[in-house]
Amino acid sequence: MSRSRQTARPGLWAIRGPLSARHYTGFAMIGLVTPLLLWWGLVELGWLSKVFLPSPLAVWTRFLRWLTTDRLMADVGISLYRVMAGWALSALFALPLGLFIGTFRPVQALLEPLMEFVRYMPAVAFIPLVMIWVGIEESAKVAIIFIGTFFQMILMVAEDVRRVPTAQIEAAQTMGATRMEIIEQVLLPSAKPALVDTLRITLGFAWTYLVVAELVAANSGLGYAILKAQRFLQTDKIFAGIILIGLIGLLTDQLFRWLHRKAFPWAHLKH
Amino acid sequence: MGASEALKPAPRIAVSGLGKIFPGVTPVTALDNIQLEIGQNEFVTLVGASGCGKSTLLRIIGGLEYHSSGTLAASGRPIEGPGADRAMVFQHYSLYPWLTVRENIRFSRRLKAHRQQLTESDVERASGRADSLLELMGLSAMAQAWPSQLSGGMQQRVAIARALMSRPEVLLMDEPFGALDAQTREVMHDLILHVFKLEKPTIVFVTHDVEEAIYLGQRVVLMAPRPGRIDTIYDVPFGSDRRQDLKHSREFVELKREIVERIRQTAGMRTDTDLLARLSGGE
Ligand SMILES: Nc1ncnc2c1ncn2[C@@H]1O[C@H](COP(=O)(O)OP(=O)(O)OP(=O)(O)O)[C@@H](O)[C@H]1O
Ligand SMILES: [Mg+2]
Repeated sequence: MSRSRQTARPGLWAIRGPLSARHYTGFAMIGLVTPLLLWWGLVELGWLSKVFLPSPLAVWTRFLRWLTTDRLMADVGISLYRVMAGWALSALFALPLGLFIGTFRPVQALLEPLMEFVRYMPAVAFIPLVMIWVGIEESAKVAIIFIGTFFQMILMVAEDVRRVPTAQIEAAQTMGATRMEIIEQVLLPSAKPALVDTLRITLGFAWTYLVVAELVAANSGLGYAILKAQRFLQTDKIFAGIILIGLIGLLTDQLFRWLHRKAFPWAHLKH
Repeated sequence: MGASEALKPAPRIAVSGLGKIFPGVTPVTALDNIQLEIGQNEFVTLVGASGCGKSTLLRIIGGLEYHSSGTLAASGRPIEGPGADRAMVFQHYSLYPWLTVRENIRFSRRLKAHRQQLTESDVERASGRADSLLELMGLSAMAQAWPSQLSGGMQQRVAIARALMSRPEVLLMDEPFGALDAQTREVMHDLILHVFKLEKPTIVFVTHDVEEAIYLGQRVVLMAPRPGRIDTIYDVPFGSDRRQDLKHSREFVELKREIVERIRQTAGMRTDTDLLARLSGGE
């Protein structure tokens, strides 16, 4: 496939062309640093009030103060726990159920329309119900993240399993494989890379529900800190919190990608 | 029933009065009253216009599709689903990309090992056949490679080796070389004939390439569409020793012309110049 592309050295802008690691880093840096510079420049112009847009330096100082005196690590810890617990709980149910939806048509008919229906319900609107059903303890925050993540995850898992080429399944059948053997030795290993990607993407979803979850009677956590800062118009702290969540997300995302490359080298071969 | 008839072995594949209707808004009669017997260690090729039901027939024999009417048996036992006695080779995407070439070929052996609670070393000892198949297919050097690192021709050789691994009685192949270039195909043809002589399987081979069908088959079954049915069965008058230059012999060319012409007739395609003129006239 790539052979025809290599007749001449492809330029940077070839459609789906290759990009060296050096170029990749360069472009990524430009993409990340430019907004920062724009932000800085905008503040330096002095047109906007501090409350509207704090300077990067103010956000950094606020971040350091948060870290040293306002128990930032405790906030990060508890938020990390809530996100991970809600996401892991989703995975615990979504992986087997999604596998069955993607494998057996009756299970698909039974569950998929229901899941499609529920996933459009806004997670925020479940807060009062969760408070009534689950209470206002840690479990309530985990429950909100679960609700926000699970219904997306189960449908994505089902789709990953359905994407396994029929020929792979039928080949196993004509080699005498039983249903259980096909699930264990064809469907699962074949869908595994896609499933890890789904877990990575849905962990991102889980993080986006953190602030919503910490609306529920929280007194710690990054989302809670952002909400509180909002009440006191501490724009710099809002910025610090949001950026921190973004960075943690980026980190776990990269971790998953690294894991993916390590676990499935065959899926990363060029051509 | 006479004694001589009772002694006659059941054909490998016996298809009788077989019909297949795909239900739907407009039900499709994919197969109608198919009558076909395939003997042990016979090489039969199926040709015919697109949509005449070649794949459907093959998939029904493989147990991957149900039939609507008629009977069908393998070695006298009714076919009720897929089984290890009838291995299938597909055109595309059937290799397991997470397994190396060697592991792909050993897949059926691994299934067996799982069932008998054997350890990996038992499997290792039993895998001499995998190595012979690798060698037979000229893949020894690629044993540890992943399928995506192989060319299309090599991938199909892996698929064939994998199907042969468990010594199936019947090998079902649906346009296995359809995606390969002409040179690679020729190499594959001689390879499959070699395998046929060496392993003595029964092969049912679907293709739309008449030359391939004659070169490989002992009988060429020509199917016709709408409804899918068997039109003519040609006995190929060449022995088991076939070389590429056979394709240029008068007999071969004649038979090929006859079959191609018949497919054209059964396809019912209009080739009149009037129609062509209208098409190119851009109206
Ligand atoms: N799953 C299906 N559902 C409905 N109709 C089908 C299905 N599979 C095949 N058919 C129909 O059955 C007929 C025979 O199809 P089949 O694929 O067996 O033909 P074929 O001879 O293999 O054609 P080709 O040479 O193009 O591969 C076609 O009219 C096709 O549209
Ligand atoms: Mg076909």
